[in-house]
Amino acid sequence: MTEKVKYIPTIGIECHVQLCTKTKLFSEVDNDARQKSPNSCVSPVDYGLPGMLPRLNKMAVRYAVRAGLALNSEINLQSRFDRKHYFYPDLPKGYQITQLFHPIIGAGYVELPSGSKIRIEHAHLEEDAGKLSHESGDSLVDLNRAGTPLVEIVSMPDIHSAVEAREYTKELWRVMTYAGVTFGDLYNGNMRFDVNISIAPESSDKLGTRAEVKNLNSFRSVERAVEYEIKRQSKLLGKGEKVVQETRGWSDATGETTSQRSKEEAQDYRYMPEPDIPPLNLRPEVVDEERANLPIMPAEYRAKFNDILGSDTVEILLDYRPLMEKLAELDDNKAAKKIANLFSSVLLAEENASLLNDELPSKEQLLDLVAMNEKNELSSTGMKEVFLKFFDPEMHYKDTLTIAKELGVVQENNLEELEKIVDAVLAKPETQQAQADFKAGQEKVIGFLVGQVMKESHGKANPSAVQDILRKKLQ
Amino acid sequence: MKTASKALSAMTMVKEALEKAHKYQEDYHIFNFINDVDAIKKAAEIDEKIKNDETVGRLAGVPYALKDNFLSPEGGTTASAHILEEFTSPVTSTVVAKLEAEGAIMIGRTNLDAFAHGSSTENSYYGPTKNSKDLERVAGGSSGGSAVAVALDIVPFATGSDTGGSIRQPAAFNGVYGLKPTYGALSRYGVVAMGSSTDCMGFFTRDPEDLDLLMEITAGQDPKDLTTLPDFYGQNHEFDDPIKKIGIIRDFDNDAVDSEVRAALARKVEELRAAGHEIVELDMPALKYALAAYYIIVPAEVASNLSRHDGIRYAFRSADSNTLSELYENTRNEGFMPENKRRIMIGNFVLSSGFYDAYYLKAAKARTLIIDEYNKAFEKCDLILAPVSPNPAFKLGEKVNDPVAMYLEDVMSVPLNLAGLPGLAIPVGETKDGLSLGLQLVGPRRSDQSIIRFAKQMCCDQPHEDHHADLSGVSTVEGGEE
Repeated sequence: MTEKVKYIPTIGIECHVQLCTKTKLFSEVDNDARQKSPNSCVSPVDYGLPGMLPRLNKMAVRYAVRAGLALNSEINLQSRFDRKHYFYPDLPKGYQITQLFHPIIGAGYVELPSGSKIRIEHAHLEEDAGKLSHESGDSLVDLNRAGTPLVEIVSMPDIHSAVEAREYTKELWRVMTYAGVTFGDLYNGNMRFDVNISIAPESSDKLGTRAEVKNLNSFRSVERAVEYEIKRQSKLLGKGEKVVQETRGWSDATGETTSQRSKEEAQDYRYMPEPDIPPLNLRPEVVDEERANLPIMPAEYRAKFNDILGSDTVEILLDYRPLMEKLAELDDNKAAKKIANLFSSVLLAEENASLLNDELPSKEQLLDLVAMNEKNELSSTGMKEVFLKFFDPEMHYKDTLTIAKELGVVQENNLEELEKIVDAVLAKPETQQAQADFKAGQEKVIGFLVGQVMKESHGKANPSAVQDILRKKLQ
Repeated sequence: MKTASKALSAMTMVKEALEKAHKYQEDYHIFNFINDVDAIKKAAEIDEKIKNDETVGRLAGVPYALKDNFLSPEGGTTASAHILEEFTSPVTSTVVAKLEAEGAIMIGRTNLDAFAHGSSTENSYYGPTKNSKDLERVAGGSSGGSAVAVALDIVPFATGSDTGGSIRQPAAFNGVYGLKPTYGALSRYGVVAMGSSTDCMGFFTRDPEDLDLLMEITAGQDPKDLTTLPDFYGQNHEFDDPIKKIGIIRDFDNDAVDSEVRAALARKVEELRAAGHEIVELDMPALKYALAAYYIIVPAEVASNLSRHDGIRYAFRSADSNTLSELYENTRNEGFMPENKRRIMIGNFVLSSGFYDAYYLKAAKARTLIIDEYNKAFEKCDLILAPVSPNPAFKLGEKVNDPVAMYLEDVMSVPLNLAGLPGLAIPVGETKDGLSLGLQLVGPRRSDQSIIRFAKQMCCDQPHEDHHADLSGVSTVEGGEE
């Protein structure tokens, strides 16, 4: 047996992002076909009637610009459209309008949580195809999705493991949803990934032959498909066989990729410049405006919060952009830390999942909450209770103090008041034994006495203040 | 153009046009569809408006013929192709919408070479249209039906589309005016596309003045067609100076051009010289690449544009297919004419991987040379006068089996399409055998109106010319029964 060769995988990923524009890329029909019957969002343009000409959705262009800025890319002020030809029933015109030669988005990069950068080769604007479904021998065509604007993001082959592939797709999803250009609903195919994988011996300076796994629609399946391909290709090379350049499909059920089309069978797309759409010239102001529209991106949140909250908490909260926005809005690191804790321990607890769809508490409510806690007016338990009440529709518009009072969780910090309660408790016959025990040196019984005072105060007393008073009185 | 009034009802005009359409249809085969029902209905509506003193459009009650590649819900839009048989459009092309908004009434859809591929109207699935002067000869094409409808005085105007000469050549073959406007002057929306980068919508008339009105009505930027130019027709003062210098292209003066065509050009040149114009001889060697470039670029666009006819969504689908590829193959094989297939094959060839640079890109470069050459020419002259085609109307069947001979018909018409220039075919008399002769006036981009005005000036300067143009303005004779 020869020594086991170590293979280095090289991975590049193409990602199709459906843009959440109101209308389609080249027509004025509704782009959001959720809960609509098949073929109800189709214009004569998307249907491929003869004589129909594309119009260009300006919002889609703006979203593409914004997506490009989110990818740290150069925006090309002049871009052009091309036709890519193939026959399939989900492609009404027999060609897809895309941008091969002059894409709108130039080179950029995506920064992963680890800090490593995956370079973007380019990204371009194109239209989606329709959908086919096969039922009992019939093939049905639904063109609701035909003409939906897509940004296709093409990475450089900078990815070298299955985990990194997942991290990249996840980060891409975050970046695109933060930019607000897509609904990011993976289940409904809002983002779809084609993964190119090759492996080569560590000693080799040449890349291996790649296989492309098409149409993956979750981060997990990206990771699994890459893992599978690395194993499959290593096994082939180990046996002295060759990896074939081909397109492969992935099955979540079997956890395997299977060959769909070899290089020889690959289509010749017969690209040509799209004569119906003149070159797209962007005014530089459009780029400036979209730059202004771009919210704080995940990488900026990391730079801001990793030191304060710890990267684990930040990564969890980054999945919920409104939470990160709220933390940033507080503009107070100490408060952010406490609120982040409430977000991750209370709001993201399974039993409160429904609250995530509700409006978040205001900046004032949250800052007051933290301030009351700091002033010992709220215990950490009381803080949680008030926090949850913020989501109660009847409480939502009330200020923090009012809610705390209504809940009866404001802590009594007035020493005179507390002394009165302590005195009353110490006067009670049932505490006499404990007092004697404490004086005799049994330190532990202080807890019992504090508990009695808390009970007497209906839980409003500040326990540490109570303990101080008790110690003084029992000296 | 006569329009409906209290003295002359739309019904009278429309009925007369419909009668003539039916009368000539059997011999000439002009129409794919005659709009008997809706045209009468619309005429009644216009007459009702006139009776009630309501305002009517600038083309109120004017009957017109529509090339059967313009989409509208009236009649099926077949493009004379089997594959579009039974296809009725739910949408209306911009040009039709503008004409109808002014009260024009479509009385029939005219025959063409299927998908406008051809120069004789012989490639129609429904059979050829015959020449208005000689039933043995072709109408020209691809807009043959429209040219003959106007030549036979069935209608005062008809629409056409010109991708490589499809308006000007049939106009010349039938002795009428045929305008191919500047590329982008008229919207292409709703017209079955042939070559998207050269397709131009235009008109046939017997009177150049009518072209002016039709252009005023139909030209203009259309949000539905991104390639339309900002409005310019009628507001372009850069062409207001009277036309003085007329260019003639020396490269076109050779034995490949019929002697009578050359003689007609020489006659016109002399007349213009006598009328005080300066004649400028032009050398335009780049034009020799035009036909080759055209028959690369346009088939590429044709192949692409015809991809949508796959039998999946509308119109014809071949009956017996067991698999998807069989459905595609059979539908397209049965649905397209041989010339359609030829162009699809050429187009796909020149676009295929490995050939794109050698053919398509090279043709695109040749196109740039041609544009430059015209730009230089228009520094030396105001307009160019040239033949439209190398010969008058040829015999039916004479070239139909020789594609290259048929393509050579377009040698003098396609350069304009590649350069996007306006060209107007004007009638200039007849041959010894009574066939129509035509020449074309070519101007810089956006000079459409000055070309039309110059044509008008030319026809009015020479009262002995053989044309019926001015008759339509006079209330006495109505073209007559010939």
